[in-house]
Amino acid sequence: MKAFTRLNGLVCPLDRANVDTDAIIPKQFLKSIKRSGFGPYLFDEWRYTNYGEPGMDCTNRPKNPDFVLNQPRYQGAQVLIARDNFGCGSSREHAPWAIEDYGFRVIIAPSFADIFFSNCYKNAILPIVADAGTVDRLFKECEAAEGYTLDVDLEAQTVTTPSGFSFKFDITEHRKYCLLNGLDDIGLTLKHADEIRAFETRHKAAQPWLFA
Amino acid sequence: MAKTLYDKLWDSHVVRQEEDGTCLLYIDRHLMHEVTSPQAFEGLRLAGRKAWRNTSIVAVPDHNTPTNHWDRDIEDPISKTQVDTLDANIKEFGSLIYFPFKHKNQGIIHVIAPENGATLPGMTVVCGDSHTATHGAFGALAHGIGTSEVEHVLATQTLVQKKSKAMLIKVEGQVGPGVTAKDIALAVIGKIGTAGGTGYCVEFAGSAIRALSMEGRMTVCNLAIEAGARAGIIAVDDITVSYLEGREHAPKGEQWSRAVEYWKTLHSDEGAKFDAVVELKAEAIEPQVTWGTSPEQVLSVGSRVPNPANEADPVKRASYERALQYMGLTADQPITEIAIDKVFIGSCTNSRIEDMRAAAAVAKGKKVASNVKLALVVPGSGIVKRQAEAEGLDKIFIEAGFEWREPGCSMCLAMNADRLSPGERCASTSNRNFEGRQGPGGRTHLVSPAMAAAAAIAGHFVDIRQA
Ligand code: SF4
Repeated sequence: MKAFTRLNGLVCPLDRANVDTDAIIPKQFLKSIKRSGFGPYLFDEWRYTNYGEPGMDCTNRPKNPDFVLNQPRYQGAQVLIARDNFGCGSSREHAPWAIEDYGFRVIIAPSFADIFFSNCYKNAILPIVADAGTVDRLFKECEAAEGYTLDVDLEAQTVTTPSGFSFKFDITEHRKYCLLNGLDDIGLTLKHADEIRAFETRHKAAQPWLFA
Repeated sequence: MAKTLYDKLWDSHVVRQEEDGTCLLYIDRHLMHEVTSPQAFEGLRLAGRKAWRNTSIVAVPDHNTPTNHWDRDIEDPISKTQVDTLDANIKEFGSLIYFPFKHKNQGIIHVIAPENGATLPGMTVVCGDSHTATHGAFGALAHGIGTSEVEHVLATQTLVQKKSKAMLIKVEGQVGPGVTAKDIALAVIGKIGTAGGTGYCVEFAGSAIRALSMEGRMTVCNLAIEAGARAGIIAVDDITVSYLEGREHAPKGEQWSRAVEYWKTLHSDEGAKFDAVVELKAEAIEPQVTWGTSPEQVLSVGSRVPNPANEADPVKRASYERALQYMGLTADQPITEIAIDKVFIGSCTNSRIEDMRAAAAVAKGKKVASNVKLALVVPGSGIVKRQAEAEGLDKIFIEAGFEWREPGCSMCLAMNADRLSPGERCASTSNRNFEGRQGPGGRTHLVSPAMAAAAAIAGHFVDIRQA
């Protein structure tokens, strides 16, 4: 996994609540057995006016000019700001894969759906929960100023706007450590293989039917 | 100290705990389907790892499989590759149960695991699928995970998790005639919202929940995720135990008695503390119909579609306007005047035998309305299908003009050929009414099986109590 330390990135505002993973990456793309290449199909049904199929070349597909990702001023954005309950619905990790493949590394919203939230960390994306008032402020500032960027510092757990307004965010020590060092969990967990085996032996003695 | 059911399930699976509260949680049952597993197996293979305990695995292809013309195999080559990949991965890594495409017991993963006794009380159950919450009906801690976590469970038999908060949702009283588990669940979502359960493990309790069959309890827990909760659980009681007795992978003999003795402890203790409590009166719950593009946009069948102008909150007003536009509805339109084009009875929410019976009871001796282009009944598994056929339910459906299909996810997600065309409106027993969920531009209204069957006969929504 890529490490995440600090980022100063262009911001793209997606002004919708309850953005579900079906919208982030529609189901036809879930037929892929690969982990990469989903970026061109991110928000496919909102982004293009024709129906997307897996493997399609998206360079010449008709784009929906009203959709925020298609506006010239947001090209190259690395920070996505969104409203409540972002990433609800299906557990598909294809959603963070598409977001990461497109180029976003940070998502800021007042709340996220649980499964999506943990999927982000596995893919070097930093999801940040900020209170609704703060998110609202970011939306207003972003819309008012072309080229609006945010500075995200994981070590310090801060987000800073161009005018110097700054807020702190929460992250568990475990997740922070993994992100800062670009470590995936499996290697870390296997360091405790003996403990897992010991647990398994006790568990089997107590509930042998679970191992039948 | 008095413990919640969630505390008991959690505590009995913690392998180790970090200072920040992050735990390694042991996983008893790993369910799999073809969509969210290929990249996990690939990761395992690239790292040269084996499955830690392959007898924890129960797998089945369900999302991409066709529900008719099985003689023609899987016609979509990309779908076929995904299903073949699962076949190959299970062959390489092993499993406890694998029902390949066309196996007589094949079906939706969340239907086949319980009916084969592979979901047991006290277990931790995971699957790369959000509706894993279903299995919580058995007093198991069950939740959906992402593909990286699927790989993590494959490699280590554990999951890195932090404990959620605990919410109690109590539904007391007796539901009226025509009101089902689906209506209870939709009413709960309507009350707390699609993010209401975010960060919680929800325990469903109260006399109306205890009165439900295991099928009904699975429907309720299945929809916990639509309320934002990663897991929904229900305490074990005699109904749970008698459902499991004699099932293929349930314990037998002396182990059965020992298991039952333990399972009976799987309930929240008197006086256990919850972080949040929500109460609903069963008598107040009416048959539900969703009108919008989120499961929380739900109303009693006797209501009118909301008018955004009456919404004070601007974010909510905008989302109502957008939903009405997408759904092709007008403000203040009575729900019962909404005409439908298609009907889908199926999905891991409502494709078990009880659902088939409820829909057939409504369809019996009637005909599907002429404006309904397609009314699909898709049983959840081969076992459900054969049981329904033994009861003659297939004939009732076919005579009424429904199509009786082979098991699978079908038009719940429309990854196979069963889907809505743009603008088509569907009465569906599934779980998500998101934009494009049942096909691009398709419009989904979530209802119970009886309400779906009644809508098929009338050609529009009707109050099942007057049908
Ligand atoms: S029936 Fe629908 S919700 Fe259930 S597992 Fe299949 S696609 Fe998912």
